[in-house]
Amino acid sequence: MHEYALCVALLEQVEQLAEQHQAQKVDRILLEVGPLSGAEPELLRHAWPLAAAGSVAEQAELVIESSAVVVRCTRCGARSEVPANRLLCDQCGSFQTRILSGDEMVLCSVELLKREQEPCA
Amino acid sequence: MCDTCGCNVTPANRHLLEGDGKLARTKEGREAVTVLKGLLTENDHQAAHNRAHFDRQGVLAINLMSSPGAGKTTLLEATIDALGKECGIAVIEGDLETENDAQRIRQKGIEALQITTGSACHLDAHMIHSALHQLDLSGIDLLFIENVGNLVCPASFDLGQHRNVTLLSVPEGDDKPAKYPVIFRAADLVLLTKSDLLRWLGDFSPERAEHHLRHLASDAPLLSLSATSGDNLDAWLGWLLDEMKRHRNELRGET
Ligand SMILES: Nc1nc2c(ncn2[C@@H]2O[C@H](COP(=O)(O)OP(=O)(O)O)[C@@H](O)[C@H]2O)c(=O)[nH]1
Ligand SMILES: [Mg+2]
Ligand SMILES: [Zn+2]
Ligand SMILES: [Zn+2]
Repeated sequence: MHEYALCVALLEQVEQLAEQHQAQKVDRILLEVGPLSGAEPELLRHAWPLAAAGSVAEQAELVIESSAVVVRCTRCGARSEVPANRLLCDQCGSFQTRILSGDEMVLCSVELLKREQEPCA
Repeated sequence: MCDTCGCNVTPANRHLLEGDGKLARTKEGREAVTVLKGLLTENDHQAAHNRAHFDRQGVLAINLMSSPGAGKTTLLEATIDALGKECGIAVIEGDLETENDAQRIRQKGIEALQITTGSACHLDAHMIHSALHQLDLSGIDLLFIENVGNLVCPASFDLGQHRNVTLLSVPEGDDKPAKYPVIFRAADLVLLTKSDLLRWLGDFSPERAEHHLRHLASDAPLLSLSATSGDNLDAWLGWLLDEMKRHRNELRGET
């Protein structure tokens, strides 16, 4: 499945960050993955060690937060939290809705372990 | 702002550093960096580049997605038979490792490039980009990309296409849009293929398929057709010609 490809893309971003910040190790990675992103958190967790093996992020903990699917009705303006295959307005039943959240696949933050250095502030 | 000492903490990312003791900076020099960047940013960037390339050449690129065997290649063959004389058509085949599908298209006198995805379960924008360097798009109006047969992975990767078409063949059952919301939600057009089988598979209801599709907040048109009997193929061809016209007008409007 494509979760391995996603992990490889993630690793590339994380490696770049580690280099920019002169980190020795990546300790923790926080992702947000919505039910409508097309990626399965469980499969990402399985694929991650394969992608990260031998890298600066090899021992990093991968934390995946799932977001709720929330839509806004373009007819009545109501916001509804809904299942991924039923994106209807709770208030008026319209299917004319926009996704507010639930389709994201975002690298939120990384925590880096750094080389010993003097704080600069 | 200093990037190495943590002085770039803002109200928006402060919560990543506080609370949980694990997140706080320690003597060994731990730093939390807020990123907030899509995982597929790199792919999306390449896809935008591909799209610009298509636009420069005046090509409408259509990404065909479905489960294996839903009838993508058969539909392409029928489409080429119907439109091959009036428009320039080219095909990028990503469906299988073998050259079978590309050969079927080439037999129609159409340029077809086979991407060998190996074990990959989807195409990505980089694969399309390297295919483009081997494909002569001059005189081409319509480029079809036959994606890997899979209802999950292809939906996540923008290739630089202008339109997504998702096929659902009658033998698969009418509940697939409810089971695979991501790929059906991405569709600009949904085709119910193998409609000639409807009379044998009476439990498939096109109305129910449409009902599931509307539940995904999609207003994409849904057409049933049979590429083998030719039934309702005209509706598909009409959609293609309309979209080509619309795309040409969009390009004109931009320049
Ligand atoms: N009955 C029927 N069979 C079809 C139709 N379109 C394709 N098929 C058959 O479905 C099988 C898979 O078709 P193919 O085009 O290779 O599917 P692909 O994997 O999506 O490219 C082949 O045996 C086709 O002959 C159709 O409209 N009606
Ligand atoms: Mg095929
Ligand atoms: Zn996959
Ligand atoms: Zn409403």
